[in-house]
Amino acid sequence: MAISGKAIKFGDNINTDVIIPGKYLESIDPEELGRHALEGLDPTFPQRAREGVILIGGKNFGCGSSREQAPMALKSAGVRCVIAESFARIFYRNSINIGLPALECSEASEKVQEGDLLSVDPKNGTIEVSSRGLTLKAFPLPQFILNLLEVGGLIPHVRGLIGKQ
Amino acid sequence: MNIFEKILARASERKEVTPGEIVEANIDMAMIHDLTGPLTVDSFRKIGSGRVWDPKRIVVIFDHLVPASTIRAATLQKGLREFIKEQGIQSLYDIGQGGVCHQVFHEKGHVRPGELIVGADSHTCTYGALGAFATGIGSTEMAAVFTTGKMWFKVPKALKVQATGAFKRNTTSKDLILKIIGDTGEGGAIYKGIEFTGSAFTNMSIDGRLTVCNMVVEAGAKAGIVPPDNRTITYVKTRTKRSLKPIRSDRDATYEDTLEYDVSRLTPQVACPPSVDNVKPASELSNVKIDQVFIGSCTNGRMEDLRLAASILRNREIHSDVRMIVSPASQEIYRQCLKEGLFRIFMEAGAIVTNATCGPCLGGHMGLLAPKEVCISTSNRNFIGRMGSPESEVYLANPATAAASGITGNITDPNELRRR
Repeated sequence: MAISGKAIKFGDNINTDVIIPGKYLESIDPEELGRHALEGLDPTFPQRAREGVILIGGKNFGCGSSREQAPMALKSAGVRCVIAESFARIFYRNSINIGLPALECSEASEKVQEGDLLSVDPKNGTIEVSSRGLTLKAFPLPQFILNLLEVGGLIPHVRGLIGKQ
Repeated sequence: MNIFEKILARASERKEVTPGEIVEANIDMAMIHDLTGPLTVDSFRKIGSGRVWDPKRIVVIFDHLVPASTIRAATLQKGLREFIKEQGIQSLYDIGQGGVCHQVFHEKGHVRPGELIVGADSHTCTYGALGAFATGIGSTEMAAVFTTGKMWFKVPKALKVQATGAFKRNTTSKDLILKIIGDTGEGGAIYKGIEFTGSAFTNMSIDGRLTVCNMVVEAGAKAGIVPPDNRTITYVKTRTKRSLKPIRSDRDATYEDTLEYDVSRLTPQVACPPSVDNVKPASELSNVKIDQVFIGSCTNGRMEDLRLAASILRNREIHSDVRMIVSPASQEIYRQCLKEGLFRIFMEAGAIVTNATCGPCLGGHMGLLAPKEVCISTSNRNFIGRMGSPESEVYLANPATAAASGITGNITDPNELRRR
C-alpha cells in the first residue's frame, strides 16, 4: 500500500486541542470535524488539505486529550498519512484504529519541505521525496498494525475477530 | 519486574514480560464519559456484537458538558443513557450522582491496586495514585474493549522518581509534578511508566498522589504509579468491599532512569502558556495580569485543594477586575465543602461556585475565555485555545497560587501575599 500526497508541515508538540478544539467535541460527524481541523494553528488548513496531503510533524505529535475526533478531523480534512518524529501514544493508537496510517521518522521534519511530493510505503518504512530524489527511512509498521490498516481499522478488524465478516 | 511489568504480566496471564514486548491483556475496568462515550457507542454498534463483554466492568460518568450545555450535548447524553440501560450497565453516575470522572471513579470504589484500567479519557492515568495501571484510550479502542474485554499493550520502559523532604507552606504535589514535567519536557516520558517513590510520596495524602498521577500524561507517559501502601489500602477499603491483591515492584526491578527531587526546596510553580513544560516559579510572574481564576478539575478540585484555596481566601476579597470560578470535583466533595463552610468563604470572597464539572477546563462550557483574556487555573492543560479563544492564555498553578492571584489580580506566589 503506497500513499502519496503533498507535504504540509507543523512543528513539535502539536496537541489535540489545536487539532480539534473542545468546543467541537459534541460532534461525531467526520465531515463537520474536518472543517475545523487544526483551525487553532492554521484556519486555512482544511482548504489546503482538501486535495489529499501528508502531514509532517516533529516530536510528540498529537499530545493531550484522548479525543478520537482529532485523527478523525485530520483524516476527513484530507490527510492520508501522518509522519512525525514521535507520537503521543493515544493519538497514535487512535490514528491506526480509524485507519489513518501514522509513521515515525526521525528525519522527516528536518528534510521534508512544505509542498514536497511524497510517496510513503508503510510496510517497508520508506518515504520518497520524489520532487528532490530523496528517500527517507521511517520505522516500518509491524505486521499486526499493517493488518489493521489493510482491513480499514479496528472496527472491521474486531468484526472479523467475532466472525461478522 | 517493576510494577508496570508485573501488572501487565498478571493481566496477560504470563509469568514474565519485558519492555518493548507486545501483550494482549484482560481489562479489569473500563470507563467512558459523556464526551467520549457517544463515539464509543457509535463504534460499538458498527462492530455489531450486540452485547458488551461484561457490564459489571464498565463505568459511565457524566461530567464534561453537565448539565447539558446545548441541545446536541443533551441528545448525545440521551443516547448514552439508552445504551447503558440496554446493556445492563449498573455503574452509571449521571448528573447529580457523581461529578468529575477521575474523582468519582475511585471515590465510588472502582479502583483496586494491581488492576489494569482503561478509560476513554487521557487523564485516566490518575488512578495510578492507588496502585493501578491505568491509561487513556480512544473511543473506537474502547468499543473493541467493550466487545472483547482485551487490549494490546506494548510493555513500557519505566522511570523512577525518588522524592524526599517535606513540602513548604502553600507548596503542594502540584508544584512537584509541574517541576518534573518542566524537567522532562512535554514528550519527555513518552510511552513510559513513571513510578513515584521516596518519603515525599509515602507521606503524601491520597489527594496529593492523585494530582501527581493525573498529570503524567502531560509528560507523554503511558501511566504513573505510586506503590500501594497502608494509606492506599485504607482509602480503597473505605470505598469497596471487593478483595484486594496489591502488586509492588520487585526489589531488583529495573528502570531506565531515576530522577531525584528534594521537595523541601520547591516553591510554588506555574506552567506558562502554551505548553505544560514551560514552568517557572510563581514569584517570577508577578507582572502577569489575570482576568479569571479557575479552581477545580480532575487535577485540583479535591477536598485538600479546596481547603487550601479557602485558607488563602478567608476574610479576603477577589480583585475587582477578576472573576473566580470554583468547581468541586464531585458531589461528595460538594457536600463536604458545605459541611465545612468553605462555600461561604468562596462566596464572601466574590467567587462563583459551580456544580462538579469538567466544563471550564476544556473550554467546553461555563467560563470560556475571550480573545486576549488570561486565566490562572488549577487544571492540567494550557494549550492554545484550551479554555476558549485561541488568543486567550492559560497559566497552571496549585490552588493556593490560583487563589492568591485572584486576590491581587496578578500571578502571585501565595507566600508573598501580604499578611492580614
